Amino acid sequence: MLSENLPPKAHPLEKLLRTDRLPHIWCPGCGIGIALNSFLRAVKKLNLDPKSIVLISGIGCSGRASGYVAFDSFHTTHGRAIPLAMGVKIARPDLKVVVFSGDGDLFAIGGNHIIHAARRNLDLLVICINNFNYGMTGGQLGPTTPFSSYTTTTPYGNIEHPFNLVHLTAAAGASFVARWTVAHPIQLARSIEKALNKRGFSFIEVIAPCVTLYARYNKLGRPPQIIKYLKEISVIEKSMDSSKADIKIGNKIFVGEFVDVERPEYVSELYRVIREKSGRKIDSLVR
Amino acid sequence: MKKFLKGTFFMQGDEACAEGAIVAGCRLFAGYPITPSTEIAERMARRLPEVGGAFIQMEDELSSIALIIGASYTGVKAMTATSGPGFSLMQENLGLAVMTETPIVIVNVMRGDPSTGQPTRAGQGDVIQARRGSHGDYEIIALAPYSVQEMFDLTIEAFNLSEQFRVPVIMLSDAIIGHMREKVILKTPDEVKIVNRKKPKEPPGKYLPFKPEEDLIPPMACFGEGYGIHVTGLTHDIRGYPASTDPKVHEKLVRRLCDKIRLNADKIIRIDSRYVENAEIVLVAYGTPARSAIRAVNLARKKGLKVGLVRLITVWPFPYEYFRKLSRKVKGFIVAEMNYGQIVGEVERSVGDRKVVLASKLGGDPHTPEELLEIIGEVYKHVE
Repeated sequence: MLSENLPPKAHPLEKLLRTDRLPHIWCPGCGIGIALNSFLRAVKKLNLDPKSIVLISGIGCSGRASGYVAFDSFHTTHGRAIPLAMGVKIARPDLKVVVFSGDGDLFAIGGNHIIHAARRNLDLLVICINNFNYGMTGGQLGPTTPFSSYTTTTPYGNIEHPFNLVHLTAAAGASFVARWTVAHPIQLARSIEKALNKRGFSFIEVIAPCVTLYARYNKLGRPPQIIKYLKEISVIEKSMDSSKADIKIGNKIFVGEFVDVERPEYVSELYRVIREKSGRKIDSLVR
Repeated sequence: MKKFLKGTFFMQGDEACAEGAIVAGCRLFAGYPITPSTEIAERMARRLPEVGGAFIQMEDELSSIALIIGASYTGVKAMTATSGPGFSLMQENLGLAVMTETPIVIVNVMRGDPSTGQPTRAGQGDVIQARRGSHGDYEIIALAPYSVQEMFDLTIEAFNLSEQFRVPVIMLSDAIIGHMREKVILKTPDEVKIVNRKKPKEPPGKYLPFKPEEDLIPPMACFGEGYGIHVTGLTHDIRGYPASTDPKVHEKLVRRLCDKIRLNADKIIRIDSRYVENAEIVLVAYGTPARSAIRAVNLARKKGLKVGLVRLITVWPFPYEYFRKLSRKVKGFIVAEMNYGQIVGEVERSVGDRKVVLASKLGGDPHTPEELLEIIGEVYKHVE
């Protein structure tokens, strides 16, 4: 009733979205939209030129994000978003290259690439939506599914142990590592801002509910209850130790920024060699 | 070292391939070490920085091909090199490059296979895989060098074709050509033809990234040029937007991806034919076996046998029409391959009821001219 009397107002992030592709495919209550919103808010806050951003994703629910943003974007094969992004970044170091994808895409089928990108300290921001299962294919066991919880391929409870994503990327050499949940959209956007300004490999895990599958199989309640629950069980400690940030059923979830260090970055080193050997001031492979 | 090498050199096939890539304008190489292609990577690691390019050693072949697809979408000419096992790992993203119409060059220096097979020995077991290895219907271009000179020349050609048709181009070399040293004449970019991809004529907002022109090839906008393009391996419409549940969009897209190669096949196909005008039988070969085949045909001609040679420079698209026409005047075909019969099937498809004999050689050694001459003699008796 009220809205009928108001002039139509554009969404504050409309200019950063391909509005002609809406509505999106994500389920009502899904956390991916919140994470994407935080990312776009960070882009807006930093006043980045949309033409200078490339968003690359793999396959899965989160992988669909690349199709909704008004940047150059590539929806790659399953698991290969990071190496494809690496190709873009090496050829055009002036572009901000961001990988936005899911936990299965980045840590199961694509697991090798994330540890090597972190090891190289490649200037890349990876935003990983961790929803504890494979959503697109119907809720199967993923590399992050908590021990003993239920999925369609662990009908008797999960007998595997999940990765601790922040500890894994920290150990592999990432310069910046953070974790938030979708109950922390403001803090998440701030960490993304920081990561976008960081020269090096940045990894941000976003814990998000898969309300249709994982949450339902594990009786976690309706979306509002889950968001409330995520807020309640999340804790920020003064000494952020990623090794203690395992996710276990019934435990607290440690959130915040775990790593923020400086070390030589891959693309800068690569161009140092190219400039030395070619004797030319090259800052891009595209002429 | 100089930016471009010019003149006569004594060089390995793999090294000549790297030099050809540099002349073609390749400024990014990503790869993973694998025998017998590693020398291409090693040469690129040394040479690319000298010419202002980037060499990247990746963690595997899956990421190597993914990386060059990403790089190509910024406008850089990019390549990778591998052999059988690595080529198998690249198949999924080869399909991605086909679907997203990404110009890339993949050099496969073939070894004895299946599986780990014979890493240091030559083979031609990946010819069908180059054509059909990735899932789905598609067309691709594959070239087969038979000398160190062609490792240089055809690498330039491979880049030109990939840029022109927006398709991955495969160099089907083998361990013998890759590792052999012989004379090669290197040229500089101003001495060869260099082709670059078509660029959009419309400004951002009006440009449709997958709308083809009359030749069925869409002009290519790249990342960072202000077009805000979306690229996906999903079935997509001319805007590049996913349309994976629309049968019409899918049919139209797949047909165009195939037709842009099929309908331009006569522009792509290159054949080296000798003595076919009055030949009773024709020896067909490509790559290493073509070297022995040339000698065998010359020996047969000296003996008075009317034998011709067809050396395929382009293996894919296969010259079906050429063989169809040839079969009207030729009585039999011998196909010499270092595999258990791959291109022979395509020849059989083209020549109706004409006799087709496979001269297969496995194990890494090439056919000797004498072996081929013996087969020529036997086939000649039968068709006479």
